Amino acid sequence: MENLLSIFVKSIFVDNMIFAYFLGMCSYLAVSKTVKTSAGLGLAVVFVLGITVPVNYLINNYLLAPGALKWLSPSLADMDLSFLSFIMFIAVIASMVQLVEMIIEKFSPALYSSLGIFLPLIAVNCAILGGSLFMQEREYANITEATVFGLGSGVGWFLAIVGIAAIREKLKYSNVPAPLRGLGITFIVTGLMGIAFMTFMGIKL
Amino acid sequence: MSVKIESEPLFSAKNLKLITDPINKNNPITVLVLGICSALAVTVKLEPSVVMAISVIAVLTLANVITSLLRNTIPSRIRIIVQLVIIASLVILVDEILKAFAYDVSKQLSVFVGLIITNCIIMGRLEAFALGNKPWPSTLDGLGNGIGYGIILVIVGFFRELLGSGTLWNYRVIPESIYISNGGFYENNGLFILPPMALIIVGIIIWIQRSKTRELIENE
Repeated sequence: MENLLSIFVKSIFVDNMIFAYFLGMCSYLAVSKTVKTSAGLGLAVVFVLGITVPVNYLINNYLLAPGALKWLSPSLADMDLSFLSFIMFIAVIASMVQLVEMIIEKFSPALYSSLGIFLPLIAVNCAILGGSLFMQEREYANITEATVFGLGSGVGWFLAIVGIAAIREKLKYSNVPAPLRGLGITFIVTGLMGIAFMTFMGIKL
Repeated sequence: MSVKIESEPLFSAKNLKLITDPINKNNPITVLVLGICSALAVTVKLEPSVVMAISVIAVLTLANVITSLLRNTIPSRIRIIVQLVIIASLVILVDEILKAFAYDVSKQLSVFVGLIITNCIIMGRLEAFALGNKPWPSTLDGLGNGIGYGIILVIVGFFRELLGSGTLWNYRVIPESIYISNGGFYENNGLFILPPMALIIVGIIIWIQRSKTRELIENE
């Protein structure tokens, strides 16, 4: 339990997707003009990360990793399909996003209309694929850990995009040098937020 | 059709513009805001930045050519999946080559080679250009955008390694003798090694570029 909590907190603050790894920057910069839309996108990312990371965990551990096919027949014990992981992960993500979209549309039209346009965009959000690749690289012990890591990374991304959107809403009223307006100042503010997030770095849990 | 191709020289002014435009006026990173995701985390040193830039140029150019050759056969409803498969196969190729010939750099880049798949630059160029143009202009477009992306990467990598570690391509540039520990006055700026500094450097590059090219300034 303590272990899970530590993974959760670590993936939100210490290994924050945006500030430590710059993952999902494209949609982070493009959709952060208002707090409302960015919260919608953030929620969708938490959702999709929470689903795709455990699914890819199963695929990685029972199909792709070296020796993973042992459950099928002992003769496959030295099979290593890990070179296929990129293509499998992205296929899982693309189909999961499609599936999630259909489920939400069926059961919660209200949520669907608020997330609507963002869901398909998420398939090419680097944070999602990044989550799966980090899961593979860090070799989590079981599926619960992988799920907690996925959710935590999503929450970290959510916090970052809502934070920058709030700052950008306020920035509208300040006198920024013309060449820095828009994109430039957003980069610099993100950098400063990253420095602030680095204070979490030394925390041992 | 072949007559038409011959009537236009390979490097006509229009084709050359496909290469030069993305380097300044339509730069994928500083103007179009594409492909920042997998880029900035690899720029701590010059070497991985250059390797990353070359990988992206290769993947982007080849994916553009392949998509452009297939553009009349891809059904538009499933085009995103087809594009992802093309890109993913090319990235697997690059990853295997890096692991075989440049293992150390491949370890440093870790998951970021895989993340070239979701680099929005590549999807963006396939959607916006390769699906509607002939193979040769698509090649040039891929090359141009790849170079435009690579230049920013290399500039950021250059400053971060020089100011953060005092070396370039792992060779010492700032002499040991002037460091405080050796009785001198100089100290590396540790901030440049940390991730946030990459963002701030790109912010400054945007600032400089837009004050030189004033039509890029945004009016909110």
